[in-house]
Amino acid sequence: MNGLAQHLPALQVVVPMLVAPLVILLRPRGLAWAACAAASVLAFAIAIQLVLGVLNGGPITYLMGSWPAPYGIELRVDSLSALLLLVVTGASVTALVSGRDSLDTQIEAGRQPYFYAAWLLALAGLSGIVVTADAFNIFVFMEISSLASYVLIAGGPDRRALPSVFKYLIMGTIGATFYLIGIGLIYMMTGTLNLADMEFRIHEVADQRPILAAAGFITVGLALKAAIFPLHVWLPNAYTYAPHIVTAFLAACSTKVSLYVLLRFDFFVFQENLAGHAFQFAAYLMPLAILGILVGSAVAMFETNIKRLLAFSSVAQIGYMMLGASLVTVAGLTAGIVHIFNHALAKGTLFLAVASFATVAAGLRLDDLRGIARRMPWTFGAFVVAGLSLIGIPGTAGFVSKWYLISAAMEFGASGLPLVAIILVSSLMAVVYVWRIVEAACFAEAPEQPTSAPKVSPVLVAVTWLAALANLYFGIVTELPLSLSGDAATELLDHLP
Amino acid sequence: MELLGLYHYWVFAILLMIGFYAVIAKRNLVKKLIGLSIFQAAVFLLYITMGKVDGGTAPIFSGDGATVFSNPLPQVLILTAIVVGISTTALGLGIVVRIKEEYGSIEEHEIQEIDKR
Amino acid sequence: MSAQSTILLALLLPLAGAAGIALAGRVNANLREAVTLLTAGALAVTVWSLVPGIMAGDRPGVTVTELMPGVELAFRVEPLGMLFAALASGLWIVNSLYSIGYMRGNNEKHQTRFYVMFAVSLAATMGVAFAGNLVTLFLFYEMLTLSTYPLVSHKGDANTVRSARVYLGILLTTSIGLFLPAIIWTYTVAGSGDFVPGGILAGHVEGPAIGLLLGLFVFGVGKAAVMPVHRWLPAAMVAPTPVSALLHAVAVVKAGVFTITKVIVYIFGVDFLFAAPSSGWLLYAAAFTIIAASVVALRQQNLKRLLAYSTIAQLSYVVMAAAILKPLAEIGAAIHMVAHAFGKITLFFAAGAIYVAAKKTEIGQLKGIGRRMPITMTAFTIGALSMIGVPPTGGFVSKWYILAGAFQDDNYVALATIILSTVLNAAYFLPIIYMAWFMREEEAPARPHGEAPWPAVLALAITALLTIAFFFFHGATLELERQVVENLS
Repeated sequence: MNGLAQHLPALQVVVPMLVAPLVILLRPRGLAWAACAAASVLAFAIAIQLVLGVLNGGPITYLMGSWPAPYGIELRVDSLSALLLLVVTGASVTALVSGRDSLDTQIEAGRQPYFYAAWLLALAGLSGIVVTADAFNIFVFMEISSLASYVLIAGGPDRRALPSVFKYLIMGTIGATFYLIGIGLIYMMTGTLNLADMEFRIHEVADQRPILAAAGFITVGLALKAAIFPLHVWLPNAYTYAPHIVTAFLAACSTKVSLYVLLRFDFFVFQENLAGHAFQFAAYLMPLAILGILVGSAVAMFETNIKRLLAFSSVAQIGYMMLGASLVTVAGLTAGIVHIFNHALAKGTLFLAVASFATVAAGLRLDDLRGIARRMPWTFGAFVVAGLSLIGIPGTAGFVSKWYLISAAMEFGASGLPLVAIILVSSLMAVVYVWRIVEAACFAEAPEQPTSAPKVSPVLVAVTWLAALANLYFGIVTELPLSLSGDAATELLDHLP
Repeated sequence: MELLGLYHYWVFAILLMIGFYAVIAKRNLVKKLIGLSIFQAAVFLLYITMGKVDGGTAPIFSGDGATVFSNPLPQVLILTAIVVGISTTALGLGIVVRIKEEYGSIEEHEIQEIDKR
Repeated sequence: MSAQSTILLALLLPLAGAAGIALAGRVNANLREAVTLLTAGALAVTVWSLVPGIMAGDRPGVTVTELMPGVELAFRVEPLGMLFAALASGLWIVNSLYSIGYMRGNNEKHQTRFYVMFAVSLAATMGVAFAGNLVTLFLFYEMLTLSTYPLVSHKGDANTVRSARVYLGILLTTSIGLFLPAIIWTYTVAGSGDFVPGGILAGHVEGPAIGLLLGLFVFGVGKAAVMPVHRWLPAAMVAPTPVSALLHAVAVVKAGVFTITKVIVYIFGVDFLFAAPSSGWLLYAAAFTIIAASVVALRQQNLKRLLAYSTIAQLSYVVMAAAILKPLAEIGAAIHMVAHAFGKITLFFAAGAIYVAAKKTEIGQLKGIGRRMPITMTAFTIGALSMIGVPPTGGFVSKWYILAGAFQDDNYVALATIILSTVLNAAYFLPIIYMAWFMREEEAPARPHGEAPWPAVLALAITALLTIAFFFFHGATLELERQVVENLS
């Protein structure tokens, strides 16, 4: 690769990061949004290039400042990173391009430049976590993205976002600090922060106990960030009271990135080196995944606020991803990883549709959405398609993840049957909570209309439909997500003894 | 005496727990943030003390013939972490100010009461 | 046009028609009905064009794409599917005619939405009929459930919504909870889900697992309404009668028993299943459903609910015949699919016509109605006789083959069930016929009425004639089914 092309991994982070401070200077209305969207599109283009590069040529490495690893910071883009990059940048582009009017309504004009700058910093941070191969670098980017996300969530008109984001800040910082303790302990024992080097040096450590402690700290810290049950409590409120487009962006990618780091550490660094760690990983995380699935789905069935309903559904979906990963087989890991992609498609579409609904309905409780299918048939249609993907109806992307997950569980024979039952039961619970919304929207009498109803942005509806169609497309033409996920799963497992 | 020689780990653990306790048990938002800062400070101490080499001096070449230096890398790492910590505290305090403006209180239980209404 | 393109055309035509109907609906109602009839006609022509090839022994197929490694979206036409598709597409024309009369006569709302979703449902039905493997079938099976939901919940009032919830709930619970794991289990042990004559499971499942897998399939295919997953059928009667007629007498329920038959013949393999002791329960489950449903039907006062329970019983005739696992019985099963379709659709058409013309829904109200609606009640009588199995109606032919198959196997349970259920059928149909023709009206209706609007009457006359015609002209169906069972012992 020549010229600019060889710097792509670095540019993935640098582009949004450099544009962010410039955006603050753009006072005229709409200009801040435009710059932010442009940077996002550029980041998406870079991500696509990287994906193509990885699909054709294998993992791409890059040395920052040409300092050789492990002295310098190394960037490494492999199949798993590439998939996550697609999800992160894709979510950002989709949310920004479609959300201009919604964000304009919800964010005060004076604060918009700062808001969009924070958006770009969040994008830079999330991309950074995914491309870097240095453990401390992950911490830095994690905090950059988290701090920026706090700003984004608190940016909306609902004051209840403030205590929610405060709770998120506290829990998120504790999580990041646990992670920091963990890599500190590893550094103490191995003397390196480069992930590949760590994997190599951890063999030679005589006393494995600090490593075990480190594994514990890192897992708990990342579980806090990834909203794995029972450390998910910050998520419902943060997603509910954030501006709607922010929720669409964050729900699609922010927790998945922490899951990515967890997978990296557990499979690259720890698996090979701790006796019985494979079992420990599964033994601790599988029950939590199962509880997340069941509790998340169950609460969603009774929730009346649509955004909070979808947020609890996200907790359940993250449980699916963890369940797939904790099976520690190719099929299971592929299922978990491809669900990162498919869930982002489904949840992103759902929250974009909710953003549309919010412009017309008085509020976002089920009661407020009565009859909305008649007033907004197109948006509602997209919502239904994405809901079907969430349930796992064949023909949608969600079906592919469900198929792989159930197949992976069945590989265990009779002992996999309880897992299969749990997956099926939770799918039925998803039918319940999606259909409650459908019934309220289609059949109930619409509440009193204000005489002047605001117009819905046609761009938002169009992009929502594109996202819904993507759900159908990737349910039939599954080559891209499946090949990336399959490669990622194989690579992760290759690092096992 | 192994136990006494590891006193820096004890300090780290105790500070960590004090900070953690404050974060969880205190209901005043500012106190929670203080607890968070103590929590983070404990981790800073862990890093810095792990870098100390017995008999080592500051890791700066100053031409006076010293050959044993303390490890500079943890110090660098922790500078970064301190910056992150400051940003977090600043942001947290900013949020507390906004909460005070919106709710008129910075006690967690009072805010929950107001939201329930 | 190659057979491959024809198959794909059969799927795309109703979908394109749906779009066309939606557009035409904005212009005016007559244009919309014209588009519907045109699409239905075109579909029938397309589907029927495949019949000569199938009769000659061709089995055309087309693979669309690979969904996941080892899992393809593929179609393959074989005699059973051909039969189903030809039946559904042909009856769609008649049903569209009927719908015009019914919907206009009743002044129903949201008619465009009705015709659009009907077309989509037919597309899904074609997909089920032509599916070449389990995943493809499952995809269109679910599509059928979802596309019929707006039809079932058409009226939109609270009671309808609640019943539609039962409909969707039972069908999705069974399909996701039982059918899907059965499919994945099959793919896991057999490596594929293709429909192959002789089955693909031989050697991959043993012992009680066979019975369990069969159970997952039979109860997972809720559309076959084997008890206890049958409750959705009476719940779906809140739908407008054209929906009940085509979908719940022809398309949806036939998709159910068609799937079970296909699974028995092409996934398990008739001989494999016959040799497996753990599969014997299916006969008893079907027999139980037949008797229980017939007994419940006896106690129904609402005409459509009575017909619903009659349908449940008749569907299990097909399942029971398939479960006998002998060639003659398999032929009987397939023929019954057709005979029952003709008879039941006539009965539902008649029930709907009575509702449109006289606003009557309960059996007790039907006294003397034969005099006011002679054509309708004649059709009803023919349909009822077909259900009972009296010549010269189509129902007699299928019962004959099923009995022959049961005799061949010395299957006394099946024989007893058929005899008992015939008696029960007579017990609940004959009183209605008697009341309609031979008793006097209790009170004169508020507004004197005659027959229902002419499209509806025309439609039910056609299906009644088809019922009788099938008695005389069922050779083609027979030939198709012989090809299915020709390799069996």
